Amino acid sequence: MNLFDTVLPYLLSGISVGGQYALIAIGYTMVYGILRLINFAHGDVFMVSGLVMIYLAASTPLYVAIPVTIIVTVALGFTIERVAYKPLRTAPRMSLMISAIGVSYLIQNLALYITGGLNKNYPEIPWISDKIEILGTTTTRVTAITPFLTLALVLILVWLINHTKIGMAMRAVSKDFETSQLMGIKINNVISATFVIGSFLASIGSILYFSNYPGLVPTSGSMPGLKAFVAAVFGGIGSIPGAVIGAFIIGICESLIKGLDTILVSQGIISGPVGFATFSDAFTFVLLIIILVFKPTGLFGEKQTDKV
Amino acid sequence: MTKALELKNVTMQFGGVVAVDNLSMEVGEGEIVALIGPNGAGKTTAFNVITGVYEPTNGEIDFFGETIIRNHPQGKMKKSYKGSCEEYYVKQPVLNPTPDKITLRGMARTFQNIRLWKTQTVFDNVLIAMHGHSTANVFSAVFRGNAAEEAAQRLKVERILDTVGLLDVKDELATSLPYGKQRRLEIARALATDPAMLLLDEPAAGMNPQETLELTAFIGQIRKDLKKTILLIEHHMDLVMDISDRIYVLDFGKLIAAGTPEEIQRNQRVIDAYLGVAED
Amino acid sequence: MNKTKKNNYIALILIVVFMLVIFALDQLIKPTDSLGMLLTVLQKGSVYALAAVSMNLLNGFTGLFSLGHAGFMLIGAYTYAIFTIPSAERDTVYQYFDAAIRFSFPEAFSNVLGPFGTVLGVIVAVILAGLIATVFAYLIGLPVLKLKSDYLAIATLGFAEIIRAIFQWEKLGPVTNGSNLLKGFVRTSTMQLTIGNVTLSFSTFVPVLIAVICITLIVLLVNSTYGRAFKAVRDDEVAAEAMGINLAKTKQLSFCISSFFAGIAGAMMAMVLSIAQASNFKVSMTYEILLMVVLGGIGSISGSVIGALLFIFSSEWWLRGLDSGSFLGINAPTVFRNGFRLVVFSVIIMIVVLFFSKGIMGDKELPEKIRNWKKNGLFNFKANRKDLGNVLDSAPDESAGHSGRRSKS
Repeated sequence: MNLFDTVLPYLLSGISVGGQYALIAIGYTMVYGILRLINFAHGDVFMVSGLVMIYLAASTPLYVAIPVTIIVTVALGFTIERVAYKPLRTAPRMSLMISAIGVSYLIQNLALYITGGLNKNYPEIPWISDKIEILGTTTTRVTAITPFLTLALVLILVWLINHTKIGMAMRAVSKDFETSQLMGIKINNVISATFVIGSFLASIGSILYFSNYPGLVPTSGSMPGLKAFVAAVFGGIGSIPGAVIGAFIIGICESLIKGLDTILVSQGIISGPVGFATFSDAFTFVLLIIILVFKPTGLFGEKQTDKV
Repeated sequence: MTKALELKNVTMQFGGVVAVDNLSMEVGEGEIVALIGPNGAGKTTAFNVITGVYEPTNGEIDFFGETIIRNHPQGKMKKSYKGSCEEYYVKQPVLNPTPDKITLRGMARTFQNIRLWKTQTVFDNVLIAMHGHSTANVFSAVFRGNAAEEAAQRLKVERILDTVGLLDVKDELATSLPYGKQRRLEIARALATDPAMLLLDEPAAGMNPQETLELTAFIGQIRKDLKKTILLIEHHMDLVMDISDRIYVLDFGKLIAAGTPEEIQRNQRVIDAYLGVAED
Repeated sequence: MNKTKKNNYIALILIVVFMLVIFALDQLIKPTDSLGMLLTVLQKGSVYALAAVSMNLLNGFTGLFSLGHAGFMLIGAYTYAIFTIPSAERDTVYQYFDAAIRFSFPEAFSNVLGPFGTVLGVIVAVILAGLIATVFAYLIGLPVLKLKSDYLAIATLGFAEIIRAIFQWEKLGPVTNGSNLLKGFVRTSTMQLTIGNVTLSFSTFVPVLIAVICITLIVLLVNSTYGRAFKAVRDDEVAAEAMGINLAKTKQLSFCISSFFAGIAGAMMAMVLSIAQASNFKVSMTYEILLMVVLGGIGSISGSVIGALLFIFSSEWWLRGLDSGSFLGINAPTVFRNGFRLVVFSVIIMIVVLFFSKGIMGDKELPEKIRNWKKNGLFNFKANRKDLGNVLDSAPDESAGHSGRRSKS
């Protein structure tokens, strides 16, 4: 088998996973840009979205289930901000981060209680779960449409941020929290809007992501969540294009590492599997540490200086 | 007189902004020297360069005859560097110690915006500053092998607090003190590092006239009794004119005047810098 | 000075009495008794108490917000397990691999010294567990300790995940048994001594003793000149550096010491649970330990101990009823089913985080707290809360929503 044919399936799934990470990463990067908070609960919101979809799809048709799932997810994101983060607006940053970890703990335990810890099967969504063939490789349609859908959503988002009033407010708040407040920007609305957008995209990402996986457990959200956050850091936290590019890089790398054994064996470079797949998750963090050590502000981040 | 501190052609450039521009100055041992200038003149930046917080873009700093900091424009800085660079610095090795190393050499500072350790008591604030000179390793510290040294340190803390007049509040939280006393505590903390020279960054900021008067006397006393060399930044001109032996005036990062208080008071450029000049 | 000495003696006497009580409990309660749960939670509680205190040393006392604790505990657990599996059991444990390390400290020492050698072997293995974790911490600390607040948190979290992946790697199977669990090593449930016809049990005594010794060492450290330097770094890095404290060295020291004790806590965890498996040491374990620290009060050692014990006692014991149908006499099997306990528990934690962010102790220690209670009365909540400090407030850094970009001069 030639190199291209061996690599292609992994590359395709990498691009697809990358797109899904990108949708989650935007939520991280926007929240961080405004609150300077790693919203550890974001990955769990993503998981809850999948769970809601599972329960809704069991009792309602998909054209009801999908929009309701999105609405519920957005409501959840909004509520988390109002309940767990808003009271801590003047508290030290670490308290906020601890609160985020607490929310994540709560959501996971709640999901554990509701599902009974069992693996739940994600509903099959017609059309997007269909098998199609690209350049001789069989894959699902969702793999093919994810990157395009992601890019379309990102373009709309970037347009929103650059051309609407709320977008302008977001940019102002992320530059200087206090001054924007003095300039009459309603901080709480801006922050809520950020969480709504983030949760909306996470919900779309969740539908695309879980369609490709057989099932969902309460901890399903934490790893994709962490990876998406790493993607956001990689691209330069606060920067939306950065987060998207970071997410694609991480998705592709992860997928290629999963297939590295097969690829290297097929090329005769190694004789048997080495078990690189064990490192598909860890590699994300290796990338993170490399970027933090050499360019702490990420690929597109702005430079920060501490003053004495 | 020995030179305690000497700055040679020190330039500090942030991007395109030259915060300190080719500054050369010296402080003799036992002198009280003031660095004054309008807001944004680069005084605190100069302090930060001297104490190792910032690495200067160019120049050399000697402390009691020994070079402690030296740099010249390198890499990207070379292109954007606006000042002149003497061949001498390029040939010498770059020295860029961290602030703690400089402090241990005998130079201690206070901060313009008070930076005490907020959760610690007055006593502990001073005691912690002696950590750098402590000879105990972590094992002897845990098993109290350094009890004698620590007892000596505690005695010294009491003595220092007595000198600055804070002994009666030694068990209070540092942040519970009134502003003037916090500034005194910062000086006490700096003294605890056993410095030969003190750098005071606006020690009288936020003080009322009475407190300022007391501080003026106190600074004079530090020099006289404890034999410390002092470099200070200050906006209270009464204090500056009262206790300084010599004054350096900065404006837009450049040295515009140097001399005794009398000379500075008569200097037209200084007056212009402070009051502004009418443009024709 | 004399007063400190007197207090030290009081503390020593209290510890001895406490250990005697634990020893007595160990003999009086059988694991199968209705009170047997007490022993289990005491064992687990001591593991988590040490884990929480060691995390507090770093997060609370030095202000380095690290989320890599589970990684170092994993290293400790594996080191201890690998070096105490008896050679007879090696091949059953490493059923898919050819075990590379066939050395067991307790076995080697007991061949020479008898039963005493077994004890010595366990001690050596526990200390080695801490040391190996320290070596890893030192290497990880070199690049990451330069990072600030949340970047440090995410980088340490990343390293913990990398460590977990390495230990699960099939290629390291001969050492780590790959993703399979390690078992058969010296564990607390078998720690017994038979003299004549009397059998003494040490299954609770040993983990509690290790925890007490380690926590005492941490208390001594925190009150030493190095401990004060840690607090100075936490309160204001710039001032600490300007006062002659070497930032890099101090942070590295705190990171290594914290990881040393995390390693020991990991070894204890293996000892208590009788198994060691990498997949148990996930980020969620770090989160749990962090929540214990928060519950007790960031910056308080006695707080962390109380937090950890409360956490373990309620989640493993007192709230059990919430999982099994009836709680406090209320019988509602449809609501009180598996997992409800943790939901209630996490709600309680969220309430603490949101409304009592100082935790139980703030940054105060128990003796000082007791003095305050005496002064204010135990139930004068308002005054008692006022006496709590919060180390997070001291961070010169910035508060939520406000960036560190604001210039301070």
